[in-house]
Amino acid sequence: MKFLPISLLVAAVALSACTNPNRFGADDALANPAPTVGTPLNGVGTGGANDPTSTAYFNQTVGDRVLFEVDQSTLTAAGRATLDGQATWLLTNSDYQAVIEGHADEQGTRQYNLALGARRANAAQEYLVSKGVPANRLRVVSYGKERPIEICSSEACYAKNRRAVTVLAGGQTS
Amino acid sequence: MCLALVCAFVAASGAQAQQGPLQITIEEGIIKPLPFAVPDFQAETGEAGQLAGDLSRVIAADLQGTGVFREIPSSAFIANYSDFNAPVSFPDWKAVNAQALVTGAVSVNGTSVNVKFRVYDVVSGTNIGEGLQFSGTTDGWRRMAHKVADEVYSRITGEGGYFDSRVVYVSETGPKDKRQKRLAIMDYDGANVRFLTDSSAIVLAPRFSPNGDRVLYTSYESGFPRIYVLDVGSVQRRVLESAEGTMSFAPRFSPSGNTVVYSLSQGGNTDIYTMDIGSGQSVRLTNTPAIETAPSYSPDGTQIVFESDRSGSPQLYIMSAGGGEARRISFGDGRYGTPVWSPRGDLIAFTKQTSGRFHIGVMRTDGSEERLLTASFLDEGPTWSPNGRVIMFTRETQGEGGASSLYSVDITGRVLRQVDTPEGGSDPSWSPLQQ
Repeated sequence: MKFLPISLLVAAVALSACTNPNRFGADDALANPAPTVGTPLNGVGTGGANDPTSTAYFNQTVGDRVLFEVDQSTLTAAGRATLDGQATWLLTNSDYQAVIEGHADEQGTRQYNLALGARRANAAQEYLVSKGVPANRLRVVSYGKERPIEICSSEACYAKNRRAVTVLAGGQTS
Repeated sequence: MCLALVCAFVAASGAQAQQGPLQITIEEGIIKPLPFAVPDFQAETGEAGQLAGDLSRVIAADLQGTGVFREIPSSAFIANYSDFNAPVSFPDWKAVNAQALVTGAVSVNGTSVNVKFRVYDVVSGTNIGEGLQFSGTTDGWRRMAHKVADEVYSRITGEGGYFDSRVVYVSETGPKDKRQKRLAIMDYDGANVRFLTDSSAIVLAPRFSPNGDRVLYTSYESGFPRIYVLDVGSVQRRVLESAEGTMSFAPRFSPSGNTVVYSLSQGGNTDIYTMDIGSGQSVRLTNTPAIETAPSYSPDGTQIVFESDRSGSPQLYIMSAGGGEARRISFGDGRYGTPVWSPRGDLIAFTKQTSGRFHIGVMRTDGSEERLLTASFLDEGPTWSPNGRVIMFTRETQGEGGASSLYSVDITGRVLRQVDTPEGGSDPSWSPLQQ
């Protein structure tokens, strides 16, 4: 078991029974209500970005994505730091599962970029698993160059498109 | 669209069928296209008037589009063509510089169509081959025109034709970050577009079966890339077997049509596999930590060309169809991908990325005689015409408004054209000649 920052842990546990429409396993949460310990950081949890157990918090505050160098799938120092935060969050919020999406910029053929996106997603997944996140809570998918988030054809956009995004999901991972 | 084509010989008037002096060898690259005339075919029945004109225009467009031929516009004609069986006035065609002449006659009876035609060498005043006729139905009239054009093309070039063929591709709308994709099928010239899937899931890289009855493609329908096989006639599809936690893509049929070669990603590593379509039994062909993808069979089915970055950058390799040792064939500067074996067996078409540009190129199967045919911001994904003389591919334009279109280029690299599609287009796969 990894050491977790106390404040985050306490807040997360406190809010874990709050309603969250994006939440996976709502039935399990009801069957096993979390003990109420501590107090919420910002009043009553809303599932919004201020709720540390929310998807929005994960996406915005923890950071849902890591970026890669051209044609690389090696995690950068910044990428590892983001994934450390993701691992901590996922260990705390153990009823979430995630799909890690690997993406490439448009410089490359469709097939190669699908394979490259798979490498990137897998690099992020392996790192999370190495930090203790159970592999069965994570799945990977590659979108290759099919889903850029920035659409200009220059490095400023390409740099943001070469990414692995951890998308919290409520589906079965079996 | 069902079309029964019946060929029969029409008694040729005048000269014997011959291999006349009118011959173009495409190998050398056509510097000066051969001028030809296709006066509107004679309408032998009252109902045939419109069709006679339309058929003639499609035939002329097919020939013109090759770059091998140049059409003499009807406005230049001196001869007044109106009777298929009347003697041809060669001096009148010579006077407008036509070297080849295609004449024909069309009759319509209800939904039945009959087309007769002859090809002439204007200079020597002789027939090129014998007169021929095709029968079909009115809704298949474009195919009849393509059949005629294929025959004319074959007689003059000595090559097989490619006009009576279809292309399956991905029809695209919307900006790059929200692109909607669905499978479409059309005639090679962009006519008769029909959609095969909706755009609810991303679909990629459809590939025709060897006889054109089925299409393999990749879809995100399940949330993950998986390979589907779709029956073109019934539009019924089924997913091919794949293990949980894997992604499969880049499928192609073997020449027998019974096996699929494809890429499978597992644990971040992408290798090449084959699967027997009937049994779902799969065999792993490559086993390296490198990316191995974009496999394509040789026409005899004994070898597979594919791309791998095992050397550090994507390059082309050939291995036996059963796997094993692979030999590298690409050694130029840059990155090579999407190799496709020519139906003639002589060349491999590929995508090459170098100095920030993309090219479609061809090389011999030993990697020699590499030639780049195109250059743009992003060209990729070549597919061969049934006769191995033309390549169709995807061209995507740069920037925020970037869009994909289909282009074709002949193997001399001199005849580059955009293929008209109602929406954007990518990932074309050219069918064999239709039966």
